[in-house]
Amino acid sequence: MSFKENILSSFLALENEVNTDSYVHELRSKALSDFESKGLPLRKDEAYKYTSLKSLFNKDYSFFPKEEAAISYGDIKQYLMHQIDAYRVIFIDGIYSSHLSQTTHDKFDVCLMSSTLNNPKYASVIENYYNKLAGDDSLTSLNTAFAREGAYIHIPKNVHVEKPIEIVNFSTGNEASLMLQPRNLVVVGENSQVQIIERQQSLTENATLTNSVTEIFADKRSMVDYYKIQNDLTTASLIDHTTVEQKDNSEVRLHTFSFGGALTRNNLTFYQRGEHCNSVLNGVTIIGGKQHVDHSTLVHHTAPNCESFQEYKQIFDDRSVGVFNGKVLVDKVAQKINAFQQNNNILISDKATINAKPQLEIFADDVRCSHGCTIGQLDEDALFYMQSRGIGKKEARALLMFAFANSVLESVKIPEIKTRITKLIANKLGVEIGFDL
Amino acid sequence: MAKYTEEELEKELATKEYEYGFYTDIESDTIPIGLSEDVVRMISAKKNEPEWMTEWRLEAYRHFVSMHEPDWANVTYDKPDLQAISYYSAPSKKPKLDSLDEVDPELLETFKKLGISIDEQKMLTGVAVDIVVDSVSVATTFKKTLAEKGIIFCPISEAIQEHPELVKKYLGTVIPQRDNYYASLNAAVFSDGSFCYIPKGVRCPMELSTYFRINQAGTGQFERTLVVADEGSYVSYLEGCTAPSRDENQLHAACVELVALDGAEIKYSTVQNWYPGNKEGKGGVFNFVTKRGICEKNAKISWTQVETGSAITWKYPSCILKGDNSVGEFYSIAVTNNFQQADTGTKMVHIGKNTKSTIISKGISAGKSQNSYRGLVQINPRASNARNFSQCDSLLMGNECGAHTFPYIETKNSTAKVEHEATTSKIGEDQIFYCNQRGINTEKAIALIVNGFSKEVLNKLPMEFAVEAQKLLEISLEGSVG
Repeated sequence: MSFKENILSSFLALENEVNTDSYVHELRSKALSDFESKGLPLRKDEAYKYTSLKSLFNKDYSFFPKEEAAISYGDIKQYLMHQIDAYRVIFIDGIYSSHLSQTTHDKFDVCLMSSTLNNPKYASVIENYYNKLAGDDSLTSLNTAFAREGAYIHIPKNVHVEKPIEIVNFSTGNEASLMLQPRNLVVVGENSQVQIIERQQSLTENATLTNSVTEIFADKRSMVDYYKIQNDLTTASLIDHTTVEQKDNSEVRLHTFSFGGALTRNNLTFYQRGEHCNSVLNGVTIIGGKQHVDHSTLVHHTAPNCESFQEYKQIFDDRSVGVFNGKVLVDKVAQKINAFQQNNNILISDKATINAKPQLEIFADDVRCSHGCTIGQLDEDALFYMQSRGIGKKEARALLMFAFANSVLESVKIPEIKTRITKLIANKLGVEIGFDL
Repeated sequence: MAKYTEEELEKELATKEYEYGFYTDIESDTIPIGLSEDVVRMISAKKNEPEWMTEWRLEAYRHFVSMHEPDWANVTYDKPDLQAISYYSAPSKKPKLDSLDEVDPELLETFKKLGISIDEQKMLTGVAVDIVVDSVSVATTFKKTLAEKGIIFCPISEAIQEHPELVKKYLGTVIPQRDNYYASLNAAVFSDGSFCYIPKGVRCPMELSTYFRINQAGTGQFERTLVVADEGSYVSYLEGCTAPSRDENQLHAACVELVALDGAEIKYSTVQNWYPGNKEGKGGVFNFVTKRGICEKNAKISWTQVETGSAITWKYPSCILKGDNSVGEFYSIAVTNNFQQADTGTKMVHIGKNTKSTIISKGISAGKSQNSYRGLVQINPRASNARNFSQCDSLLMGNECGAHTFPYIETKNSTAKVEHEATTSKIGEDQIFYCNQRGINTEKAIALIVNGFSKEVLNKLPMEFAVEAQKLLEISLEGSVG
């Protein structure tokens, strides 16, 4: 069965299960026809010039797992932020797991997308926010067509959420190959603050493809701190679409840590729709083997007096391939903008590849926009210096790489994440670290 | 003696008519508008080209037919109708004027600002020059010196006749007939251009420039230039002219091929100031150019360009750094004003070991114009220790224009060092205030700041060009300060 036939038959199966007489279902039908007319993105599309999705879509994916998997807390503990108290929204093979999750409706909502989509109480929220940012490119349309589950986070005005919120999608491998399409909606009201951690994790080596869509609305003076931890098995692939809308004086900081996965594509879009916004997009990528990580960012400045800051540090070993496609778009009215973009890459192996395309498109004159992109190696002199003082070559290299990625790690505000990322990096580089960063 | 029959007369008339028709064509030097295989054959026939050249053109044409006009560039325009163009127009159709008084005063004003001598002004506007002795003698001595050194510098049509072995060997080696839409078109129908060959170890004693070029009139809409620098030689080549060219041809699709053999160095400078259209954005030249050079071992190619004219510019002078230790450089200033659109940049393809490239691009946009830098730096797996430095700065004047950068960086070697930086900003108010304070009016202050901004590139131009280019910048931006 071709991927397209699979989609059509799965969509019919979905229609049997959901309420077809609703606003959301209208969106689904339209999205499906959008996807059908656009098809999967190909290499000849400029946005996918360096990333071929062909290998991902030749498998016979099942869209909805037949049975619920039994998973205990012990199986997944290591993947959670267990040292700190957190709200949790946990999905197993795309199905919400109530006994592993910790949700709330007290003062604010941290709960499920499915209950929100079906509950008339939330109808106005859905009509105002749902699918307003995601756009209609082919893969987001595919997600919209199949979206039924994900995290729904709604923080009203003047609430400071003390505990971070974790969203984790586990896949158990009960199906030979599974395609997940999580759909998250985050609405943060005026003066509110929230921290969110998102992760995809396979528990076995059966193939998983996740096509995730997240929409984040940050109202006036709100602060959103979002962490994406991508350390999945190399049998899993991820296509992530995250779109953020910011109002006046809001600050949204988004960190992406990409260490795992066979193919990871991050489509990250920020729309600044108010004055004095601040957007921070940071990332660390360390990959090897035949891994492929593609960061495609867009910051669209539509209002004056805003700032955006991007910093991506990437290290590539073996035959890995990295793509960085960063774009800053400044509208004519968006005067007094300060936009900064930096992309530093280290190639460790001769077989590794980096394709970078940092773009600026500027229509306003009173702006300060700059970008820098470098590709280089570890400093031989520094390596020699450390080796001459008894630090092994491997450790010396690891130290330098830590130092290279450190500026991004420094901006992580949750200490546990920082220590975890540090450990992940150490594992990835195959060293033990006896120091704190 | 056979009798002259009616039949024979008829036959003769028929042939005669054919001859006559053909002959008239040569006389008026135009062929019917449109593009077809016959047109390509006709062009080749008119130039009296050898068989291989005709075949070469036809191969290009046959491929061209299967291609589509590219639309990835960041420019919008109405596509030119290629069937509405006459592909072989007479060289020098300009009306001869009797004195400078008959020339458009606006044009003369510009000449004055550029500081072009009266004689040159006359030449440029097509006025019959009385005292030609000077330029003729210059041209003659010039030719003599070159001949002594063994340098060949002539129209490419002449080179095809007289040095077929060289042309055959190098033509199309850097830009093949099938390279891209406009390059294929050019290969099929190119009217003329220049050919330059510098023998082994010769250092060309002067700047080869279009000023003294004898074949100036022969260059048309589809120009093809081929410069070959043999082992260890050096040449500096100047193309274009700072004077505004009012040209009736809307589409210009030129090709420039540079071949730098082992240890050779080519410096290619361009000043382009085609008619950019009027202040409402009507008219203006479409400049779709393919320029590329190939560097063998230890060779160096340096492109310098000052782009101020044309309604649409679409141009990426590139270097293929094939040989080990070869060096590519690209220095560019692109100025757009009113409704002009420029999408320009370079490609540096590193193939050999220890290859180096430098890219300095300065974009200045004013009025309602759009200015894009688009570049590629590619480090191939075998290009160990390759080094690239790119800098793209944009200056925006006014809030109706746009500046864009599209740098592509592809690296497949772990020893590569690639740096890219780009900034976009406007002229600082405090800088202008500082100048004003010291009695420099705003217009002059801006000229001063723009000059400083462009200095890195202007410095790379040959002396006499640099001075004119500097003035040209001022003129191009005139009135863009609110």
